[in-house]
Amino acid sequence: MLRYLHRNVPLLVGLALLGILVAFMGIGALTVDVGSAQPLSAPALQSPSWDYPFGTDRQGRDLLAVMVAGTPLTLRIGFIAGFIGVGIGSVLAFTAAYYRGPIDTLIRSIADIGLTIPQLLILIIIAVSLKGSLTVNQMAIIIAALAWLSPTRTIRAQVLSLRERGYVEIARLNGMSGPEIILRELMPNLLPYLAATLVSSVSAAILASVGLEVLGLGPVEAPTLGMTLYWVNFNAAIINGWWWWWTAPLVVIVVVFLGLFFLSVGLDEVANPRLRRSA
Amino acid sequence: MHAVYIVKRFGVFLLIVWIAATLNFFLPRLSGEDPVRTKLLEEASLGGYVHAGIDNMVREYQQRFGLDKPLWRQYLTYLGQISHGDLNYSIANYPRTVVGMITEALPWTIGLLGVTTLFSFAAGTILGALLAWPRAPYWMRWLMPPLWALHAIPFFLLGLVLSWLLAFKLQWLPIFGGYSAGATPALSWGFVFDVLRHAVLPALSIVLVSVGGWALAMRGMMITTMGEDYITFAEAKGLHSATIFTRYCIRNAILPQTTGLALALGQILSGAVLVEAIFGYPGIGALLFQAIEENDFFLIQGIVFTVIVALGFATFVLDVIYPWLDPRISYSQS
Repeated sequence: MLRYLHRNVPLLVGLALLGILVAFMGIGALTVDVGSAQPLSAPALQSPSWDYPFGTDRQGRDLLAVMVAGTPLTLRIGFIAGFIGVGIGSVLAFTAAYYRGPIDTLIRSIADIGLTIPQLLILIIIAVSLKGSLTVNQMAIIIAALAWLSPTRTIRAQVLSLRERGYVEIARLNGMSGPEIILRELMPNLLPYLAATLVSSVSAAILASVGLEVLGLGPVEAPTLGMTLYWVNFNAAIINGWWWWWTAPLVVIVVVFLGLFFLSVGLDEVANPRLRRSA
Repeated sequence: MHAVYIVKRFGVFLLIVWIAATLNFFLPRLSGEDPVRTKLLEEASLGGYVHAGIDNMVREYQQRFGLDKPLWRQYLTYLGQISHGDLNYSIANYPRTVVGMITEALPWTIGLLGVTTLFSFAAGTILGALLAWPRAPYWMRWLMPPLWALHAIPFFLLGLVLSWLLAFKLQWLPIFGGYSAGATPALSWGFVFDVLRHAVLPALSIVLVSVGGWALAMRGMMITTMGEDYITFAEAKGLHSATIFTRYCIRNAILPQTTGLALALGQILSGAVLVEAIFGYPGIGALLFQAIEENDFFLIQGIVFTVIVALGFATFVLDVIYPWLDPRISYSQS
């Protein structure tokens, strides 16, 4: 395993970055009072000091507490939406690619056309239409509503190439039913690929959630990473020179995206060993 | 043969327009009540300087989309309205129409996005091709890690860092807006220079991120292409390695790259919306941000509709150009 990681550097880097993140959240949850992520729990606009290592914002939130409380929230949105997206996406993709015919045409067309429409815009319309502030879970569900389009498309292409293989043919001749072939022959072979798709879906969902939040359509009460950046923008923290306010969320988000990106590149390599010679 | 293909693609474009209009109509009504009506009534009860206008809008809105009418009638009314290019009035800036506000903002976005997307696509493709070429200078390998890292970051995050560095710390560039506050828009050198100076930061944050993406994709495609048999054959024939590189490898690897461009347009645009919002660049993105802040529902709907239609059209144009790049396409469609 370790030897393999040595060859698959992207996987190693991805796991390391996400490991740092998990360690930060774990240690933070045990040592930091998450209550100070609420406004007015600390003096406003302190630059980083011994008492407030990440500084505090204009509303008097301790930014270390905000990061400890907000990182898991942002990741939760990503994972809920990513799982739902890949779940629905794989069901549609396996059905379409295995049975072909009109079902395939329908599903493929919906995914293809849906992908030419920028998802952020549709999400904005939905978020604006729902009255009042959203909760973190509602946010995840809204993003999941569109998160299945891209997995459907990519998984379908993979299944198409697998279904003509010899062992699938043999299973078919042995009288295995369609769902059985999908579950017992196709799925296990695609597991690494599904994992890679899941990671990129989670990353896309987090990107969408941060985007909505920066535009002010997120859970206003929750200290998520995107909402923190919304307050940064709202208070013009950059022009005012409050550099610590945006540094902390920026570093955490960059670590999240880089970690997920390298993880998905690494998993791609596991899924498709022929790529190895290109690395 | 070619005509059939173009007509088919145009059909897809019309389908996208219809889907955009339909989503715009039904999504807001999913929550059970009509948020536009609620918003209008709220605004009307508040009074204020736009009061008379809002009253007019409420009356007109009730008349067109009255609850007494069945949903399909309201839907048809909406489609008719949109097909005439009527996107209603802005709620927050009453006498101004949504179409008027969008046409004012659109050139800014088209300018910013057109230039940055074409430039980063071209630069990234060339860079990616060179990265895969065994004869490229060795120092180029050092470009890979920063390209990977930049590519994974959203546009606007890089924008934050750049604006702190170049506008706040070094004070080289203006941090906000599309032109200086005192400047009068005119076609003079001074004004053009001012506009360009303001565009550097948003453009830079888009270009630096996307060049990496295109370079990585092109490099992957080149490596696959270079493994093909016809390349080995070309080498066996004793062709110049430069000829093989440009005419055999790049020529083939650029096809999926172009498909990628058509698919990425939506994502690029979503990213640019946030960049414009952060920099207050007076394009569609900043207008959308303002509309969300002011809860201006008609303006939000209008922008979403316009942008989807514009992107659908751009995709259509790319689709039409594509057979010219890849002659196999037009045959397979017949």
